[in-house]
Amino acid sequence: MASNPITPATGRASLAISGARAVTARSLEASDRGDQIRGAVFLALLLLGIGVALLSLAAIIIWALIEGLPRVDPRLVTNAPSTVQPGEAGFRTALLGSLMVVGGVIGLVVPIGVGAAVYLEEYADRERWWNRLIELNIQNLAGVPSIVFGILGLAFIVRGPLSLGFVAAAGSLTLTLLVLPTVIIAAREAIRAVPPSIREGSLALGATRWQTVRRQVLPAALPGVMTGIILAIARATGEAAPLLLVGAVTFVTYNPSFLEGAYSTLPVQIFNYSSRPQAEFRVLAMAGVILMLGLVLAMNSFAVWLRNRFEQSW
Amino acid sequence: MTSNQASASPTTRSGFPSGSLEASSPRYAEKAIFAFLAFCGVLSVGVTTAIVISLLMPTIDFFRQVTLEQFFLDTTWAPRQATGRFGVWPVVVGTLNIVIWALLVAIPIGLASAIYLSEYASPRTRKIVKPVLEVLAGIPTVAIGLFAFFALNPAARLALPFLDWSGIFSVGVAGVAVGLMTVPLVASISDDAMRAVPRALREGAYGLGANKFKVSLRVVFPAAISGIVASIVLAGSRAVGETMVVYIAAGRTPNLTFDPTESVQTMTAYIAGTATGDIPTGTLDYDTIFAVGTLLFVMTLVLNVLAIRLVRRFREAYE
Repeated sequence: MASNPITPATGRASLAISGARAVTARSLEASDRGDQIRGAVFLALLLLGIGVALLSLAAIIIWALIEGLPRVDPRLVTNAPSTVQPGEAGFRTALLGSLMVVGGVIGLVVPIGVGAAVYLEEYADRERWWNRLIELNIQNLAGVPSIVFGILGLAFIVRGPLSLGFVAAAGSLTLTLLVLPTVIIAAREAIRAVPPSIREGSLALGATRWQTVRRQVLPAALPGVMTGIILAIARATGEAAPLLLVGAVTFVTYNPSFLEGAYSTLPVQIFNYSSRPQAEFRVLAMAGVILMLGLVLAMNSFAVWLRNRFEQSW
Repeated sequence: MTSNQASASPTTRSGFPSGSLEASSPRYAEKAIFAFLAFCGVLSVGVTTAIVISLLMPTIDFFRQVTLEQFFLDTTWAPRQATGRFGVWPVVVGTLNIVIWALLVAIPIGLASAIYLSEYASPRTRKIVKPVLEVLAGIPTVAIGLFAFFALNPAARLALPFLDWSGIFSVGVAGVAVGLMTVPLVASISDDAMRAVPRALREGAYGLGANKFKVSLRVVFPAAISGIVASIVLAGSRAVGETMVVYIAAGRTPNLTFDPTESVQTMTAYIAGTATGDIPTGTLDYDTIFAVGTLLFVMTLVLNVLAIRLVRRFREAYE
């Protein structure tokens, strides 16, 4: 390494050479047995960490299966909730409530979320302060706790300006606002990944801006956009906290309606059953957890698969 | 719908279009679409404004009846009693308890996962493990809460029999469950930050004789520190705002304590527990929910703004 210099080193050069020699010697010396052991211990700790993370995931699923499986039968879906007959009670009205609430979320969040993403990526001028404000605002909105959206729903949608009352539509609107940032952020990333050359080609052929977006950009970005939408739907399906504030708390024994009357959803109904003292209700709640985990994890897995399958590098 | 410019206008003998390249029609549909898209963008600002307004108005009403000293200097939280006490510290400390336990779990496990995925895992392993962690992030919080209360809590009692497990709730167990929930968040953002560190830095270190352990810990980790800190701050913010796990497993009694076996009430659990009943608008009970909500909103906002700044810094440095 430090070969003999051909010309005699003087001053700065000799200082540099001795410095380089010292550094090389130190770093070669350092990789001794002690270092190898430290490296192995470190790797073992890393594996332990990721093992705990994966095991806890497995533990939650296995535990739910063990606890709830005795009550997984058709009655779970066909029978209405009951406070007195845990043996016969089910989740029918809560499932219908979930279907309505999440259906409403899909109807609202897809056009608004994708629209906002298209606006920010394709139309908005980054130099303008209001567009930067919208961007920053969406990032912040994504971190607002879900219960705060519940407060917003209570003050603005159930009461206040919209005054819908404690109905499924109010739950739907509240959850839409909650998952909107998720959809916008995912859709923006997917749209940004479409190379400018595609747009330029389309515009050069005489397409208008909207034609370019609709026929070129959105189809190319579709897998990423869909991933965001499915993750948002999964989140809305499993979310309970904001719905406690906008009315999904009562035991509903008749089928709910979107715009009037009380409603409940699957996670809230699970929570309700689990807080009853009788052991049978606990088993029923766990059966509901199996149902909910099945729905939510299937959606999430599909979303992740979709993204990995269609992830393209241009 | 829109006819092509060149073919619509008369062409000269040389074959080039002679008309102007300006749009031949006003294209009202394009303008309507732009208006709709801009509306969608602006709507998010409307949501934030609505949140702030809906929180502030009842909060102002609240502070007309309860002084700032009563809110911030008293240490007893009993807002629903006839002689209401509004010292907010017990619920703030309850939340703080959850954050501490959650971070004690999420930081080591999340960072270990991130370093493993970014530096050690083969592309094949990574391709399997990362999606599985993302699935963990999608488990509904009600399920995690029930797991904490019915499974983790009895397990903790068995494992640590020398502690004084007096009540049925435990803030420590609830915090650990919240921590497990935030592991994927820490792992995912830290992994992104470490993968954004340029290869040249790693290769330079290998060239100087460092091994993988040293490269990971002394080169990549410090280079990605802003992203890593951002992931931890975001996990803290999630723990502050988490409701269902805490409501189910940490209990509902306001309690100024740092004992992990005790029951506490967090800010979120107070809101969820109080707002569930049909409380008439304009009462002090109703306003109290919003006062606590405002405090919660401000706390998470500060953490989120901090995290966004940190993430932006690592993006600027290497991308």
